Amino acid sequence: MSIWEYANPVKFMKTTDRILPWSVALAAITLGIGLVWGYFFVPAAENFGGSVKVIYVHVPAAMMAINIWVMMLVTSLIWLVRRHHVSALAAKAAAPIGAVMTLIALITGAVWGQPMWGTWWAWDPRLTSFLILFLFYLGYMALWSAVENPDTAADLTGVLCLVGAVFAVLSRYAAYFWNQGLHQGSTLSMDEQQHIADVYWFPLLLCLAGFILFFIALVLLRTRTEIRARRLNALEQRERMA
Amino acid sequence: MKSLKKKRRIQVLAVAAVALVISTGMIGYAMRDGINFFRAPSQLATEPPKPGETFRLGGLVEKGTLKRGEGETITFSVTDGGATVPVKFAGVLPDLFKEGQGMIGTGKMEDGVFVADEILAKHDENYMPKEVVDALKKQGVYEAPNS
Repeated sequence: MSIWEYANPVKFMKTTDRILPWSVALAAITLGIGLVWGYFFVPAAENFGGSVKVIYVHVPAAMMAINIWVMMLVTSLIWLVRRHHVSALAAKAAAPIGAVMTLIALITGAVWGQPMWGTWWAWDPRLTSFLILFLFYLGYMALWSAVENPDTAADLTGVLCLVGAVFAVLSRYAAYFWNQGLHQGSTLSMDEQQHIADVYWFPLLLCLAGFILFFIALVLLRTRTEIRARRLNALEQRERMA
Repeated sequence: MKSLKKKRRIQVLAVAAVALVISTGMIGYAMRDGINFFRAPSQLATEPPKPGETFRLGGLVEKGTLKRGEGETITFSVTDGGATVPVKFAGVLPDLFKEGQGMIGTGKMEDGVFVADEILAKHDENYMPKEVVDALKKQGVYEAPNS
């Protein structure tokens, strides 16, 4: 038994068939509870008032936007090195989800920024690198559909993914590298000091888990679709040859 | 990529990754003045802005200096602990703007006073319920995270 067995499309289909309903159900439960708790049952925050609630969409979406790119980077590297097709297809399947997450984070950030900071948008290092990450997502998807040969497309997008990883990393750490920006540092951190009071923290944890599970469900579903589309393509080609 | 052997593919990717990291680090270091969003008051003291130059000034609104003037004009001082700059502004302030909080203003220096045409609020990464903060303040044990 090795982990690479799951790169076999048949094995992948069989395994995900069992995982998929569970991840959908868990995502629905955690997201449902987390969002309802976050939007209806938390008190107003010092300085922020009710606007603190934007955190329950903004932070998970921003986190997923960055993490999805990292996931695409890992699967692209596996494709480039070991040439498992399922891996390349998983990266392709994740891109539109990541693009939507980035867009959600940008929009909720603007809506939050207008009353709190006094501006919809500023060319702050963190905001700017996040916008570039969004453009990278669009470019990544465009490159996939622009190249006819699927293997070449996977190679080229894999390299693009490596370059785009710069901005995924920058959007997370820009507030530390250039500390004179508008966006504050991270609220969630592994260190001992808690920046966020428990009443906000627990629903936020649920929302984070919900977004992760939701992504897992979507990416499995989309990867399965990609595998089936490719099988269909192969069948059609065989038909034409015959 | 297809024509290369597996070992060579790994080598190419490793070199590409290292090159990317180094180039990003060098660009980020070289352009840090442009990438940084604002200047702090003590930076103004060491590197004064050119006459008439528009720039952003960031720091904390010093406690006890906020004065509402005639009409819409307000004045206050911005500090970063090292230096203090007086600021004049006429316009609408964001919700988070108050004494002891962070702010970033865009404007010019005129006779030693920073005349801002736009003011943004900068907050920190702390989220506390209002009632808890009020209770702590009442007991006199509340410490503002950035003071």
